[in-house]
Amino acid sequence: MALSAGVDVGSTQTKAVIINEGLEIVGRSLIDTGANVVQAAEKAYLNALNDSGRREEEVAYVIGTGYGRYKVTFGDTQVTEISCHGRGAVHMFPDTRTVLDMGGQDTKAIAVSETGEIVDFCMNDKCAAGTGRFLGAASMALDIPLDELGSTALKSEKPVKISTTCTVFAESEVLSWLGKGKKIEDILLGVHKSISSRSISLLRRVGLNQQITFTGGVAKNIGMVEVLNENIGKELNVSNESHFMGALGAALFAMDHIKTSRIPAGGQA
Amino acid sequence: MNEIKNKEMVGRGTREGAALFRDWFQDLTDKAEKGETAAYVFVMGSIAEILRVFDLPMVFPEIHSLQTAVRHVADDYLNVAEDYGYSPDICGYVKADFAMQMQNGKHPMGQIPKPGIAVLTNACNTYLKWGEIWERIYEIPMVSIDVPATREAGTRTWPGDKQFEREKKYVKTQLKELIEICEKMTGKKFDIDKLREILGHVNTMSTGWKRVMELNQSRPSLFNALTDGTVYLGMSNVFRGTPEGAEFFTKLVEEMEYMSANGIGTLTDEKYRLSFIGVPCYPIFRRFNEMFTEWGGAFVMSTYLWFASGGTNLGVQYDLDDPMDSLAEGVLISVRDAMDSMFHPELTVLDKTYDYNIDGVVYHPIKSCRTTSAGMADNRRALMERSDLPSLFIESDMMDSRVVGEAQMKNRIDAFFEGLASRKAKEAIGA
Repeated sequence: MALSAGVDVGSTQTKAVIINEGLEIVGRSLIDTGANVVQAAEKAYLNALNDSGRREEEVAYVIGTGYGRYKVTFGDTQVTEISCHGRGAVHMFPDTRTVLDMGGQDTKAIAVSETGEIVDFCMNDKCAAGTGRFLGAASMALDIPLDELGSTALKSEKPVKISTTCTVFAESEVLSWLGKGKKIEDILLGVHKSISSRSISLLRRVGLNQQITFTGGVAKNIGMVEVLNENIGKELNVSNESHFMGALGAALFAMDHIKTSRIPAGGQA
Repeated sequence: MNEIKNKEMVGRGTREGAALFRDWFQDLTDKAEKGETAAYVFVMGSIAEILRVFDLPMVFPEIHSLQTAVRHVADDYLNVAEDYGYSPDICGYVKADFAMQMQNGKHPMGQIPKPGIAVLTNACNTYLKWGEIWERIYEIPMVSIDVPATREAGTRTWPGDKQFEREKKYVKTQLKELIEICEKMTGKKFDIDKLREILGHVNTMSTGWKRVMELNQSRPSLFNALTDGTVYLGMSNVFRGTPEGAEFFTKLVEEMEYMSANGIGTLTDEKYRLSFIGVPCYPIFRRFNEMFTEWGGAFVMSTYLWFASGGTNLGVQYDLDDPMDSLAEGVLISVRDAMDSMFHPELTVLDKTYDYNIDGVVYHPIKSCRTTSAGMADNRRALMERSDLPSLFIESDMMDSRVVGEAQMKNRIDAFFEGLASRKAKEAIGA
């Protein structure tokens, strides 16, 4: 039984997933990308292998994805994270027709077919407005760890209106609200609502179709999930593997390759 | 023998076009150095036919501006203009030209003469304000030709229609006013026979230009509409109404027919045939195209070749027995089509999808040109409602490298091709 691997080298974090022929995840890892992208890809891959308890020789095909996909030097080929998130989301939630992927510097709305192929996609433009980086800036300004932002925001009763979505200006706007005596939770919920509004505008451009699956690191933020659910008016699919969805999609494409290559020319496997 | 012939024929148009372009810039430089002036005109309705009667050399500011981007020095010019207070958001062509005017016409290809007259149409809403800058700096006459546009999609009128005839008369009156101004300015009498001769050259060029574009229906495609096409486009504008222009397009048709007959394509392995909507990304002109050709994608048509040639792609033929009336008719039809090509590209793209075997459409809105870019997102939606053609929407700029993100662009382009590949694979197995 062969294994396949997907390595998603993102701007902030690098994720790796190993799957078996039953398409089950047998190993995963997540590390900060840092400055040495090649090393990050290798380390994430080896950590995932270690997590699976399997040997490197058992991995028959590796696909790199994410902005650093060409830095997965040990990989066999590359696929964009746009295709990979679509594929991963449909694997986890087969009725998914729209994917919202919120990462460190990108937010993507992706329309997918029933087989996970990309029908259309739309992304934030040249700046990191409305992405995970915006939450990072708020976290720094308020001195609250990233993983506590969502739960803190949900305590708010009177959210402020954050007018900028510029990540660079976020800090000064947050500080100005603090200066006006606003509560931290009210500022944070305002931040979440602001990002949600940008994301929904992207989603509308590709169509808010049937089931929507939320992927990427920010999907772990319960505050963001709740704000999006409320603003969209339906519950988003969120998997425990949301952070790994790109790497999972890459591993699934890699497994496709393994299985297809076994089919003899003109015949069936 | 074939190899020798191929070497001679294939790429002749781009080689000779580039050489003629260098000669043109040299000629402008010589004039600038002697302190002579030129007529400043625009690609969407240059009215070269009349200006050539008076032997007025022409400067196309859009072209000399875009050349600074192709030669990777646009930022230097944009910074100069922005230091004067021009906003980062406005047309990059205007700013590069303004910076050039402030530096005595200094240009990477030579020196640009100062304007003696500016002639413009309403095809671009920036032309008027741009012309006013020269009017104020140099105190020169600025002639604005107002060309009535199509009021809404699908309502074009044609010769013989009452409205068309009224509009033609309106355009003709303005052309006569331009002639009077040129007579006063140059001291030369308008020569109708010379106009006839010029219109004859334009007719040859228009026939050739239209034919060249039609020939790109060949599989594989004969020229890349984004790269080679831009060279041909430059020729169609700069040499409009000249013997050199007529000869160029006659020979270009020969080249394309030769390639078509011998199955020679612009790519060795053409996998996807694409239509381009918008203005090229000049700061990374070659690289932008490579991101598509690396996947086997070839641009077989481009709306840029329609609107930036002032609608001359239609192949309108002038009646040499009635030159002024026919010129007014041609200006009306062509400039109107240039405007329509910007505002309703999906109509023509859909119309040509079958003939050109289009696999996908690439929309390229640019930050500093709202005229060509506003409405593209809506237009794409309209295209998607009317067909299942896959489309890509990528934004950058025609001049400003500060808003060109190659990594982000490549990511989107790769994802677009992954979708196209998957679609082709499904079609191949009949799924």
